Amino acid sequence: MTQRRDLEHIIDWVPSESRVLDLGCGEGELLDALIDAKQVSGVGVDIDISNVAKALGRGLQVLQQDMELGLDNFSEKSFDAVIVAYSLQVLSQPHELLDRVADIGIEVIVSFPNFGHWRSRLALLLGGKMPKTRSLPYNWYDTPNIHFCTIADFEALCRELQITILEKRTMGPVNLLSSLWPNLFAKSATYRVKRQ
Amino acid sequence: MKDSENSVGIVTPQRFVFDEPLALEAGGELPRYELVVETYGQLNSEASNAILICHALSGNHHAAGKHSPEDAKSGWWDLVIGPGKPIDTDRLFVVSLNNLGGCDGSTGPTSAANDSGHLRGTNFPQVTVNDWVETQRRLALRLGISRWAAVIGGSLGGMQALQWSVTYPDWVEHCVIVAAAPSLTAQNIAFNEIARQAIYADPDWCDGNYLAANTQPTTGMALARMVGHLTYMSADRMSDRFGRDLRSGSFAPDSSEAPLFEVESYLRYQGEQFSTRFDANTYILMTRALDRFNIADEANGDLSKALSEVRSDYLVISFSTDWRFAPNRSRELVDALVANGKSVSYANIESDGGHDAFLLKNDDYLAIFSAWMKRVAA
Repeated sequence: MTQRRDLEHIIDWVPSESRVLDLGCGEGELLDALIDAKQVSGVGVDIDISNVAKALGRGLQVLQQDMELGLDNFSEKSFDAVIVAYSLQVLSQPHELLDRVADIGIEVIVSFPNFGHWRSRLALLLGGKMPKTRSLPYNWYDTPNIHFCTIADFEALCRELQITILEKRTMGPVNLLSSLWPNLFAKSATYRVKRQ
Repeated sequence: MKDSENSVGIVTPQRFVFDEPLALEAGGELPRYELVVETYGQLNSEASNAILICHALSGNHHAAGKHSPEDAKSGWWDLVIGPGKPIDTDRLFVVSLNNLGGCDGSTGPTSAANDSGHLRGTNFPQVTVNDWVETQRRLALRLGISRWAAVIGGSLGGMQALQWSVTYPDWVEHCVIVAAAPSLTAQNIAFNEIARQAIYADPDWCDGNYLAANTQPTTGMALARMVGHLTYMSADRMSDRFGRDLRSGSFAPDSSEAPLFEVESYLRYQGEQFSTRFDANTYILMTRALDRFNIADEANGDLSKALSEVRSDYLVISFSTDWRFAPNRSRELVDALVANGKSVSYANIESDGGHDAFLLKNDDYLAIFSAWMKRVAA
């Protein structure tokens, strides 16, 4: 993944010395950075065994676990922050996960690629095919990203689940346009939310 | 990489004598006892790189390397112990012993070492996981070790590692629990009981006094091992390895030889091999220790409470097809540690190896183990 500006925002938002759960932690880059920058105590969760091995090699605490099979092992409000970075779109029931993590974390930080970006819209409109971009290079049939949403979709889901948006940052090549019309111009978005 | 390149090489067991009496958890006392031990690697000057390996039901001190160049096989966990391996002997000092009650040199039902032999056979007292932890602690002090960089074990060995971290939280910096459980299930105890009954039913058992009768209950032991071995394998692996192939004979009406399935032949061989190398009283003692173990006992069955005072950093590993120590039993342990806010990592390795997978080569297993071990005595 080339431009993961969401990670900078997440590091910015996570309180120092807090307890963090990173769902879909991948190879553990973010947790590692959070430990360095914010001295957090962190737990990573990932389903992929080679990701888990790489994250363990960084000295992290990682549980190999399918977050979609439940997160019952984490009790309510047991983490200061639960992070779901670039993972929502790969889940089969993203709304259920969001609902659950809002209970586990005092705050939740979510980032995702914005499928409402103008390039994606234009590709579908003119090409008639599911868009492929540099950061999302997959074909429709073999993509892990099965639940794309737009910024507007995500905010509607938060309202439905009674989750309050505390802060949001959108990222795009032209920052002025991204902040004025994020649903059209932001390539990705990062939210800090909590249960109402 | 050739075997010889990442082996600890030729190793020689050492014998340690303990004259301080040992009060046993299940009652009674051993006035003195001996432990046979192997070590690999060098203890550093701060004694901060010591690793304890705890063995399983039929294991012993010979975990890595060979006793002579002619040995066909290396130690039972040579897979993970050696230079550049997960338990890297280039930087770690590894201690591996034959547990008290064993039959490979440490004081047990076969040793004539104590009391002119009156503790032999069934007269040898029942020992428990707690007793093993205590003897291992005394061994550590003898070796100049007052804290383990890690205590590591698989199966019954994993239970010892877990017990260590609960009984002596300050002794155990890291704890690796592979293919184990917080206790045995009813089904698991049942398999052990079938194995014991197989031994008791052998006329050569002689009520446990077969040594005095100068015989061995090899038929019963072979059957016990066949049952045990079967439960350590997965159905898929057995199908892959044996299928319905015949070792000899045929089903043809005019065949002069009765058909013998490959799997029959294999189990018989495993049973026979084991019956001549392992002592029946030791086998019964080990299975009883296994059945009795329940880490939650000290907290009235509350696993989470039992683990509330631990201070180790844990790695828990299970294997997808292990039905004797199933992944969900490892998860119970992991969940209880997570509930307590303890430091624990967990991986469930895809393998067709069943319970035996903890002894078998598997790239994911070795990658996880190696990656995690970097933090030990770093």
